[in-house]
Amino acid sequence: MAKQYETVIGLEVHVELATKTKIFCGCSTAFGGAPNTHTCPVCTGMPGSLPVLNKKVLEYAVAVGLATNCDITRTCKFDRKNYFYPDNPQNYQISQLYLPICRNGYVEIETADGKKNVGIHEIHMEEDAGKLVHDDWADRTLVDYNRSGVPLIEIVSEPDMRSAEEVIAYLEKLRMLIQYLGVSDCKLQEGSMRADVNLSVREIGASEYGTRTEMKNLNSFRAISHAVSCERERQIDLLESGKKVVQETRRFDDSKGESYPMRSKEDAQDYRYFPDPDLVPVYVDDAFLQEIKDRQPEFREAKMERYGREYGLPAYDIEILTGEKALADLFEAATAICGKPKQVSNWLMGETLRLCREKNMDASDLRFSPENLAKLIDLTEQKIINGSVAKEVFEVMFEENIDPAAYVEEKGLKTVGDEGLLRKTVEEVLTANPQSVSDYKGGKQKAIGFLVGQTMKAMKGKADPAMVNQLLREYLDK
Amino acid sequence: MDILSLTAVELSCAIREGRTTAPKALAAVFEQIEEKEAEYHCYITIEKEKAMQDAKAVQARIEAGELSGPLAGVPVAVKDNLCTEGTLTTCGSKILENFVPTYSAEAVNLLQKAGAVIIGKTNMDEFAMGSTTETSYFGVTKNPADTTRVPGGSSGGSAAAVAAGECFFALGSDTGGSIRQPVGYCGVVGMKPTYGTVSRYGLVAYGSSLDQIGPLTKDVADCAAVLSAIASHDEKDSTSMERTDTDFTSALVQDVRGMKIGIPRDYFSEGLDPQVKDAVLAAAKVLKANGAVVEEFDLSLVDYAIPTYYTIAAAEASSNLERFDGIKYGYHAPGDTLGLHEMYKKTRSEGFGEEVKRRIMLGSFVLSSGYYDAYYLKALKVKAMIKQAFDEAFSRYDVILGPVSPTTAPKLGESLSDPLKMYLGDIYTISVNLAGLPAISLPCGKDDQGLPIGLQLIGDCYSEKTLIRAAYTYEQAAKAGKEA
Repeated sequence: MAKQYETVIGLEVHVELATKTKIFCGCSTAFGGAPNTHTCPVCTGMPGSLPVLNKKVLEYAVAVGLATNCDITRTCKFDRKNYFYPDNPQNYQISQLYLPICRNGYVEIETADGKKNVGIHEIHMEEDAGKLVHDDWADRTLVDYNRSGVPLIEIVSEPDMRSAEEVIAYLEKLRMLIQYLGVSDCKLQEGSMRADVNLSVREIGASEYGTRTEMKNLNSFRAISHAVSCERERQIDLLESGKKVVQETRRFDDSKGESYPMRSKEDAQDYRYFPDPDLVPVYVDDAFLQEIKDRQPEFREAKMERYGREYGLPAYDIEILTGEKALADLFEAATAICGKPKQVSNWLMGETLRLCREKNMDASDLRFSPENLAKLIDLTEQKIINGSVAKEVFEVMFEENIDPAAYVEEKGLKTVGDEGLLRKTVEEVLTANPQSVSDYKGGKQKAIGFLVGQTMKAMKGKADPAMVNQLLREYLDK
Repeated sequence: MDILSLTAVELSCAIREGRTTAPKALAAVFEQIEEKEAEYHCYITIEKEKAMQDAKAVQARIEAGELSGPLAGVPVAVKDNLCTEGTLTTCGSKILENFVPTYSAEAVNLLQKAGAVIIGKTNMDEFAMGSTTETSYFGVTKNPADTTRVPGGSSGGSAAAVAAGECFFALGSDTGGSIRQPVGYCGVVGMKPTYGTVSRYGLVAYGSSLDQIGPLTKDVADCAAVLSAIASHDEKDSTSMERTDTDFTSALVQDVRGMKIGIPRDYFSEGLDPQVKDAVLAAAKVLKANGAVVEEFDLSLVDYAIPTYYTIAAAEASSNLERFDGIKYGYHAPGDTLGLHEMYKKTRSEGFGEEVKRRIMLGSFVLSSGYYDAYYLKALKVKAMIKQAFDEAFSRYDVILGPVSPTTAPKLGESLSDPLKMYLGDIYTISVNLAGLPAISLPCGKDDQGLPIGLQLIGDCYSEKTLIRAAYTYEQAAKAGKEA
């Protein structure tokens, strides 16, 4: 019988923190900007410049540590990781090796196999590097230090995952926690969340871990699960054919489903880590810790429970609304204003997500305000506009965050409540469409749909379709 | 009036009182430079025009009553490892031969705010690594007391410039004695303040946990005035301390009655030149005669200071100097076809001198995997023990008195051939940096060849005022003794 293998996976996840300024200087962290415009002597490694810790980074890292059940290191330090590369202006990265800010935590994940805890070995703070840009025209490489010094946390898990599903569940869980904390948008495609996968295989029942490889260049959940299955197969093939797995870093090519060695353990660099003498130890005192604890938000599980209890929403709605912090925030704000949770939910789950998909946007990119959504719901509820006009208004609001009430007024989109005018129009439509009238009378119920449409058209859409339907039947059934 | 014979404080007073002007004082300095610089070579860069413009602007502000401090209008020389906006800052190295900073060090800004006029940048051992100023890429500086001898280092250019009247005072940096030792060799006054007293922002780092900027002056009063101007709490430097009373001139009091002075026996054993020993002990007697209580004691751990210092300083330096890579600024090895790795290698091999490369290799070694615990970590532990030994001493004494260096200034060309011997010359100064303490160095006589001998007074953290009081008392008493 063929041997049965178990996959053992640990993750190193880098998360870019959404602070306004960099970790060790006052430069902006804004994405984009002309090359080397968000820079100063500190983040370009000028001689004599010195780093000073941005306290917000510490707050964010501690908040993530608390959310992942970590012990917070009360006296932590920064260390220098020394290596030469042009994107790294000092030729050392300020990171944490000896005393990281958070240690020894876990998160609970849920897959089809049930719930389990994934251990967090540590979380440390560090600075991002700049970016090399190859100029093919002049055949030279340029460096942009705008990203140099953007704050990162690296979340290192224990090797507790056993499948791609668990890996994705773990990443989703982290993403959710961090988004709820508001400390990062966690977008894999844009690099604000990056995951390196450490994977080994061993025979089921073995007590020792196998030799692991580390995979890089994984920028979507799909690529990560693909890489996990490909690497598992590759390692099993090696072992089955009597070869050994080499401890190395590999680069995954998602389009080919293959990975290539980048560097092996033998040529691993000696980073000569040592405590950065330019930065004093960071003390986390009780008051600071309490302040962060008090500021922790309501996380997803608590929210899900409350949405059921407080708003009586169906489980399906709750799942989707709480799946994105931005969506949940919008939901709660709009509901607080208009008091109609189900209607708010319908707009968010229906039109909002449809347009997001169509325009390839995330909930965090939404521009319309909860006030305007609440107003739109009120306009519909009070039958000031009908459903199709509401959708039309919503699309404009989605793009430009217009005030729907003012917009309806300005464009004259109010449903015409004048029954006299409506009766007159219905009579005209009936006169103009004798065939449909006789079809209906001959038993073709569907013909009324056409007549409703004609009436709405004549009313330029500004009638209440239910009322039109009712009037038509009144005439036809006479 | 012989302007050059004035101290900085006296000069600013003369300018305020209209007896001379800042441009005149600067012109006098330039005359002296004209006459002496070719021989002494104190400076790497002299900003003659810029300085004259500054002097005129400062004079106008003094006349308008906007500037009245003790440094207003006084020409100053700045060690070339302190960044000066728009002025070449080389650190005495080929690798920064063309580096012009876009900003000034905080200490430089503070001096300019006080109205001091920057003459130029002084010569130094490359990246402050050396005890003779001979490791400079820009040639040696000669000791004005005897031009066949070194001025000491690494702030040798600053010390020689003060001694030669090529400036009224200077800034230097002290990582293991780099201010105190050259002022000792040149016969002037210098102080290494408590770690964290002067912002390191803009000081090109050598050993970050040991580096401290300080004054090199003609006398103790100037030293107190300059320290008052540059001591600051700077948010740009995490290691900068918030100190409440930084008017050090208030300590210029001739009174040491009851002051407890300890003389470490360990500082007077083998290797100390007998003439230096006699001069330093004679200075102790002067203080005793003025009412101080002087006694000998055992400091302990003195022999461990040098290996500890060279482990920690080299480790930090190996990392601090990584940024000099030919990519962003400074020297870049010629040859466009070089690969990245080759370019790094060539740039750094050609850009750094021997002593710097020796310390980078030493530092890289002690930090490397497998050796970190045995060397670097152990050195940190010994550093903490050395600090404890001083804490112990300061529970009994207000001031520790001893020599600055084992000998007077050596001949040019004698030291570099035996780096280990050169390192041993730092024995009395480096433990002060390891413990983060303040110490002042001032002249206490001359040897039979007329070479200046330095006296060192070491204090507990934040006790600069006690040191200034003791130094001032000695200086005034010695002056009176000479006049009598």
